[in-house]
Amino acid sequence: MNKELTKHLAPGHSTCAGCGIPAIVRTVLDATDDLVVVVSVTGCLEVTSTLYPYSAWKVPFIHSAFENGGATAAGIDGALKALRKRNKIPAEKKIKVVVFAGDGGTYDIGLQSLSGALERGHDFLYVCYDNEAYMNTGGQRSGATPFGADTETTPAGKKSFGKKEKRKDLMSIVIAHHIKYAAQANVAYLPDLAKKAKKALELEGPRFLLVLQPCTNLWKYATSEYVRIGKLATETNFWPLYEYENGVYKINWATEKPKPIEEFLKTQGRFKHLFRPGGEKVIAEMQKEVDEDWKRLVNLVEV
Amino acid sequence: MNWENIEEGAIITHDIKKSPHTGDWRYMKPQVDKKSCIGCGQCFSFCPEACIDYDSERKADIDYEICKGCGVCATVCPQHAIKMAKNT
Amino acid sequence: MMNNSKKIALTGGAAAAEALKQINPDVMPVYPITPQTPIVETFAKFVADGEAATEMIEVESEHSAMSAAVGASAAGARTMTASSSQGILLMAEILPIAFGTRLPILMLVSARAISAPINIHGDHQDVMFVRDSGWIQIFSENAQEVYDNTFIALRLAEKVRLPAMVIMDGFQTSHSVENLEILENSVVKNFVGEYQSKNNLLDFENPKSFGPVSLPNSYFEFKRAQIEAMKEAETEYKNICHEYGKISGRNYDYFESYKLDDAEKAIVVAGSTAGTAKMAVDELREQGEKVGLLKIKLFRPFPYDKIAEALKNVKNIAVFDRTVSFGSKPPIYSEVVECLYMIRDTKYIIQPYIYGLGGREIFKEDIKKIFQENWDGKETKYIGLK
Repeated sequence: MNKELTKHLAPGHSTCAGCGIPAIVRTVLDATDDLVVVVSVTGCLEVTSTLYPYSAWKVPFIHSAFENGGATAAGIDGALKALRKRNKIPAEKKIKVVVFAGDGGTYDIGLQSLSGALERGHDFLYVCYDNEAYMNTGGQRSGATPFGADTETTPAGKKSFGKKEKRKDLMSIVIAHHIKYAAQANVAYLPDLAKKAKKALELEGPRFLLVLQPCTNLWKYATSEYVRIGKLATETNFWPLYEYENGVYKINWATEKPKPIEEFLKTQGRFKHLFRPGGEKVIAEMQKEVDEDWKRLVNLVEV
Repeated sequence: MNWENIEEGAIITHDIKKSPHTGDWRYMKPQVDKKSCIGCGQCFSFCPEACIDYDSERKADIDYEICKGCGVCATVCPQHAIKMAKNT
Repeated sequence: MMNNSKKIALTGGAAAAEALKQINPDVMPVYPITPQTPIVETFAKFVADGEAATEMIEVESEHSAMSAAVGASAAGARTMTASSSQGILLMAEILPIAFGTRLPILMLVSARAISAPINIHGDHQDVMFVRDSGWIQIFSENAQEVYDNTFIALRLAEKVRLPAMVIMDGFQTSHSVENLEILENSVVKNFVGEYQSKNNLLDFENPKSFGPVSLPNSYFEFKRAQIEAMKEAETEYKNICHEYGKISGRNYDYFESYKLDDAEKAIVVAGSTAGTAKMAVDELREQGEKVGLLKIKLFRPFPYDKIAEALKNVKNIAVFDRTVSFGSKPPIYSEVVECLYMIRDTKYIIQPYIYGLGGREIFKEDIKKIFQENWDGKETKYIGLK
């Protein structure tokens, strides 16, 4: 076991072989020397890290339900404020509240709770590990599932090319809450994630990180490949790395020649059907969306 | 464990001795070619289990008690110094 | 009146807020719903004026109110909230989590009807809907009991590490002004003490994991341990009531027996209707009728053997429920049947009545008439139904 990397989350957790979630957790939490309280919601991370009687958490951890990561963090923040006011926690004791939730718990069922907590200005960092579907229940579509993806509830078939809708633009929704800092990151770029986590953890108020987390089960690729596939998501502009700080957008990784979206799609079983006859139209539509989204992002940076 | 002594409120504490033995999951085994390994540490942080550390010669050293055999380390190694072999 | 108290006129909601002010909780996540609003608005003003130092969190739903309460309570804060009706139903997912995690959250409930159709008036459907959530439930007859029960419930919750609801009837109690005695701040402070959590999320020296996954090889044991915790609550309730009697002069028990000793007919009822029923009992007693009343206070845990003992000599019993258990008999009725089933050598007639749904009024004369009806215990009867 690597002692340096397991100060917060120990091994022995039962994430699937080849899952990147633990790397996200470790990278985020290692970005601060302050005390941390971890909040999680029902999902892959929670289920695999606290399987009774074993907890992989070496730091305080709480999970209560699926849709309440924001509200649970709000309650802890309220308690910290109240206990500091009454001198039950010394002022010099720095404590960070960090939420880890999946895309189902963030984009969908937990969106209201997150929105409320962001709007009220609680002091917490919310990290969404986004594997683009409900993975803990076996791979159903979520609001984060991309257009064209084959999932258990949007299966590709003779008359279907998979999910018909574009995924929700969660970053814009979060940023619309006038928070100080939000960033999009990718587990395949850990130094970039570490930098963003450090910046976020040093600020006060609500902060948000959206981290792409390829999933070997739903995306259907070999267990050894999450880093390579994650990289392709960014190299094709499918998942740009960028941040928003005090009204200013900044792109953290760009290339003159982004790879065509097929390069990303062809690595995964969930897009396999798009490489059969008729799929080219869907791929062309996806490429168009990626290009438009990128242009919109570039415009935001230039404004 | 019985109902009279089970943890109140299902509130538990970390104890590595209670952890599942995830090394048993493995069917492919990563093997580090210590001659090629340059000790860059790239595999350390990507390893889902954080089971790789330096050995006494600053080369990657895998803890097989924990390693689930996913092969991520072999993929990210810039030197291709880690090879996956059948777990025997 | 005892030396350390004073008499004032307050609504039930304001009485609850007064009690909360004297407790001065650490955290209070709240979301508005009628008829809970007088509790929260009155208390928010106390905070605004610096009379309480509570951290209010104005959440965006009751689900978040209870979720935030779980977070705050786990972090060692004395945590309270208040709600009603649909709000309690929206919290319903988190209520058993607060219980299963053994968090002593206190909730003031202004009990109200539930949809559909929507209705903002009082009955007990909301609290009865969550009667299996593991929360301690204490009914209050009037503003005085709301005030007193708030302290008793807090002490009980923290003693046995279980969440508790103090229930008042929406509008009839929450919005009606009544005279009550309130205690001096110092007396309350002394009675409720400082909150010390057993397992604290902010214990960084010995970090805890709250909310793990339990498989079939352990889940049953957790549930059995939770059952035991409720049993402990029943025992401790009596002790705390006794202690409270010493500082307030008001002695409470698991329930209130009213002219029950020689009663031939009695009604069992919870909440504000007990007050009306007592007047009916008094008038019938003046006419020489041997009638009495048993007022439910502690509903969860339900004190079966104590109630069986109190009712054992009454052969004719009418149970008033202000709720419905669709496709079944109403809940207080079912509990009373269970109590008397323990006494196998006596035959009782126990008549279920449903009354007061959605704020339907019930008057003294209605109750007098009920006493004069023939109870056969066969079908559920309805009071005041058109």
